[in-house]
Amino acid sequence: MDQNVRNLLINIVGEENFQDSEIERLVYSYDATPNFQSMPDAVISPRNTQEVSKILTLCHEYKIPVVPRGSGTNLSAGACPLEGGVVLLFKHMNKILEIDEENLTVTCQPGVITLDLIRAVEQKGLFYPPDPSSLKISTIGGNLNENSGGLRGLKYGVTRDYVLGLEVVLPNGEILRTGGKLAKDVAGYDLTRLFVGSEGTLGVITEATLKLLPLPEAKKTMLALYQDLEAAARSVSKIIASKIIPATLEFLDQPTLKVVEEYAQIGLPTDVKAVLLIEQDGTAENVDQDIELMAKICKSEQAVSVKIAQSEEEANALRTARRAALSALARLAPTTILEDATVPRSEIAKMVKAINEIAEKYQVTICTFGHAGDGNLHPTCTTDIRNREEMERVEKAFAEIFAKAIELGGTITGEHGVGAMKAPYLEWKLGEAGIKVMKSIKNAIDPNNIMNPGKLFAKDTKKRVVIAK
Amino acid sequence: MKTETEKQKIQQAFKERMDEDELLNCMRCGFCLPSCPTYIVSGQKESQSPRGRIALMKAVYDGKIEPDEEFEQSLNLCLGCRACEPVCPSGVKYGYLLEEARDILHQHKNYSFPVQALRRTVFKHLFTKKSNLINVTSLVGFYQKSGLQNAARKIGFLNLFPRHLQDMEKILPNMPKKKAMSKHQEYFPSYGKKKATAAFFSGCLMDTMFLETNQATIQLLQKAGCDIYIPDKQVCCGALHGHSGEKELAKELAKQNIEVFEQLDVDYIVTNAGGCGAFLMEYGHMFDDDPEWRERSQEFAAKIKDFSAVLVELEFHKDHDLELPEQIVTYQDSCHLRNVMKSANAPRELIRSIQGVAFKEMENAESCCGSAGIYNLVQPETSMKILDQKMDHMKKTQATTIVTANPGCLMQMQLGIQREGLKNVKAVHIADLLLKAIQS
Repeated sequence: MDQNVRNLLINIVGEENFQDSEIERLVYSYDATPNFQSMPDAVISPRNTQEVSKILTLCHEYKIPVVPRGSGTNLSAGACPLEGGVVLLFKHMNKILEIDEENLTVTCQPGVITLDLIRAVEQKGLFYPPDPSSLKISTIGGNLNENSGGLRGLKYGVTRDYVLGLEVVLPNGEILRTGGKLAKDVAGYDLTRLFVGSEGTLGVITEATLKLLPLPEAKKTMLALYQDLEAAARSVSKIIASKIIPATLEFLDQPTLKVVEEYAQIGLPTDVKAVLLIEQDGTAENVDQDIELMAKICKSEQAVSVKIAQSEEEANALRTARRAALSALARLAPTTILEDATVPRSEIAKMVKAINEIAEKYQVTICTFGHAGDGNLHPTCTTDIRNREEMERVEKAFAEIFAKAIELGGTITGEHGVGAMKAPYLEWKLGEAGIKVMKSIKNAIDPNNIMNPGKLFAKDTKKRVVIAK
Repeated sequence: MKTETEKQKIQQAFKERMDEDELLNCMRCGFCLPSCPTYIVSGQKESQSPRGRIALMKAVYDGKIEPDEEFEQSLNLCLGCRACEPVCPSGVKYGYLLEEARDILHQHKNYSFPVQALRRTVFKHLFTKKSNLINVTSLVGFYQKSGLQNAARKIGFLNLFPRHLQDMEKILPNMPKKKAMSKHQEYFPSYGKKKATAAFFSGCLMDTMFLETNQATIQLLQKAGCDIYIPDKQVCCGALHGHSGEKELAKELAKQNIEVFEQLDVDYIVTNAGGCGAFLMEYGHMFDDDPEWRERSQEFAAKIKDFSAVLVELEFHKDHDLELPEQIVTYQDSCHLRNVMKSANAPRELIRSIQGVAFKEMENAESCCGSAGIYNLVQPETSMKILDQKMDHMKKTQATTIVTANPGCLMQMQLGIQREGLKNVKAVHIADLLLKAIQS
C-alpha cells in the first residue's frame, strides 16, 4: 500500500486500529467459502460513522477497494477481498443503541452479533425472527448485506422483511439515512431494500433500525422420520397446502443425519433415510392444534414415526444440531461445497429427486439438508479440492442443479448471496436486462467500483446448461 | 529475529510434518470463535482465534506466508484450552495441530543461553525426576516456614518482581514436609465392600505441593469401594513438555508410564488433575506411526478416568451423607477435564449432592481461567485479562467457595481472589471439599 495512503488511513482510525502485517492480513483473506482466498492490503477497524465516511472518501479518491466484513461466515466468498484493498471490521461498532418498546423497533450498529440482539430483545418480550444458522457468530451487518434467511424463514420471512431504516455511508463518503421507525413510508424509491442484500457492493451500512414482533407465547418442536426421501418432501408440500405455516420446516437426509449425530450426540435417528424438523409457535392452543395436524399429515405420507420434543432443552438441542449440519458434513471429506438453490415450495419434491439424479449422473456425493418449508435446499457436495477431475464434475453437477432450479421457477441462491462464487450464474436468473439494470445502479452509486469489487458481476457468464429431457 | 534460512527450515518442517487433511478439515465456518477466550479478550482478533490460527498454519504449510515472530506469537498466545474442539461440528483436532506446530517452532529455535538452561532444568530435570521436584518444593517450604518469606515481604524484596509474580508468591500453598512427600504407601484397600480396583496416577505437583489433595482423593476412592494401587515408578505425564514443544521428552515419559501401569490389572487409572488426565488419555496420538506403542498406549488411555467420574460411577454420593455449613458454591471447569476428558457433569453432580450447599453456576464457567499450564507465567497480560473477567462472573454468583478440579486452575482462582481482595472467598480442589463434607 502506498505510504501516503497508509499514513492518511492511520490518521483516521489511529495506529491501533490499522493492521497490515502479513499475518494480520492473512487471517482476513478468507471467509467460509472453500477455494477462495486473497490477501487484503490492510485491515481497518473504524470506531464510528464519521471514520467510515473519511475512509471511504479517501478510498474513493485513490480508487482503493473496500470490503466490509462481519465475522467472515459468508458462503459465497462475499467477504473475500478478491482485489485486495482494505477490509473493514466492525468490532468497535457493535452496540445495540435502543430497543423501542413503543414502536417495536431495535436500533443497532453493524457489529452486533445476531444472537446477542435476539437475546436482548427477547428479554423484553420481543422477537427478532431472522435466525441464520451462524447466528451465534454472524453479525447484523453481515446479515443485512447478505439478506440472510434462517430456520424461521417460511413463516417469518428473511432479514429484508425486518429492516425499517438504515444509515449508509456511500462510496464517495456521503452519509445517507433511509426509512425510519415507520410502519408505512413510500417516499420515493425504496432505498432501504436496495441496500439490504447488496453484498457490500453499494456502500457501508453503519446503523440499522429493525422491526420487532411480540414474542410468541408458546412453541413446540417435533421430528418426523422417513424411509423415503421423496415421501418427506411430499409431506412438506402437503403441510403447506393444508394451510398451515409452521415456524420451521427443515429437511435432513441420512448422510447429514449421521454426521450431525456424530457431532452433537443427542440421539438423532441415523437408521432412517430422512427427517423433517418441524416447529410451530403462537398461542398454546393453536400450537397444539397445528402440531397434531402436521403429525397426522406426516404419518399419512409414510412417516415411520413422529416424535415431539418433551422440553425446551430437547427442542433447542435439535435446532442447534440442525444448524451445525453444514460444518458437520466437513467430517466426511476435505472439502464441502454447498449451494442454496431455491424453488417454489410446491416443487420441493421434484427438486430433491433431481438433485439425486444429478449426483448419480456425475458420480459425485451430494448430501441434502435445508429449509424445505420455504423451498430453500442446501445440496452439499463432499469432495476434495485437490482432486481436479472430480472438482470439474462437481462444478458441472451444480451448474445443472442451478439450471433445474430456474426451470422449476426457482433461483440460484435463496439466502447465501451471489458473491464471487455464483456470479457466473447470475445472468441465468436475471437475464440480460436484469444484469444491465443492476450494473447501472452499481455505476451510479459507485462509479469507481471500490465497494467489494469482483462480487455479483462476473467477467464471463457461464454457458447455460441445457437439460436433456 | 529469525533469519531467512531459519524460516525456510520451519516452512519445510511444516510441509513434512503437519497433517494436511486435518488442516483442510477446518472449513472456516467460524463456529469456534465465540468459545475462544483469546479471541474474546483480544477484542475479536481473528489472529487470536482457532480459525485464524489454523489458517495461519495452513498458510505456512502452503508457503503463502513466512513463519515470522508474529506468527509464533499468535500460536504462543493460544491457551491450549481446547474449548474450540467440542464446539467444532467438523471435529477438527485443533490440539494436535497446535502441539505439532509448537514442536516444530521449538525445534528450530535458538533460545538464548539462560533460557536454554532454564528449559533444560525445568523439562529434563525438575519434571522428570520426582526427587528433584521434592527438593524444590521443600526449598519453597523452607522459604515459607523459616521466616524468610516474612522477611522478604517486609523488606520489599518482592517488589522487584512484576505484580503477577508478587501475587503468585502470596498464594503458594503451604508446602508439605519433605518426609511426607518422599514416603509412599503403594497399596490402599477399600473401606467396606470392594466395588472396583484402581491405579492412581499421582502427578507431579499434586504429589508435592498439593499432597493433601492427593491424600483426600485416595480416601474418597477408598470410601467409594476402590482398592488402590499407586505404583512408585510412575513419572510425570509429560503434559508440560508436550504443550511446550518438547514432544520427544513427552514420548519418553509416556512410554515409562505405560510400562508401569500395564503391569497392573485394574478397572481404572485414576487422575485428579484435568491437565494430566487429558494428556494421559491422548497418549495414543503421540504414537501414530508406531503400531506397537500405539496399541499399548490406547489400552492404557482407555482406562484413564478422573476421580470425580469414578465416584459418580460407583455412586459414592448416594451411599454417603455429605454435608457442609450453608454456603453458596460455584465451579470453575478444568478445560482439559471438560473439553478433552469430556467430563463436565460429574463434578457438578457431586457438589450438588452436598447438603447445605447452594450450587450456583457462574456465567462462562466452561471458559478457561487463564492459568493454562505455565501460560500465566509466560503470557501474564492476556492471562490476567482473562482472570479479571472470570472474577467478575464469579462475584455475580456471590459464592464463598470456588471449586476446581486441577491444580493450575486452583492456584489461578486463588490468585484471582488475592487480586480482588476478596476476604470471605476461598478456592478449593473438589477432593478436599468432598472429604470435608463426608467428615462433618
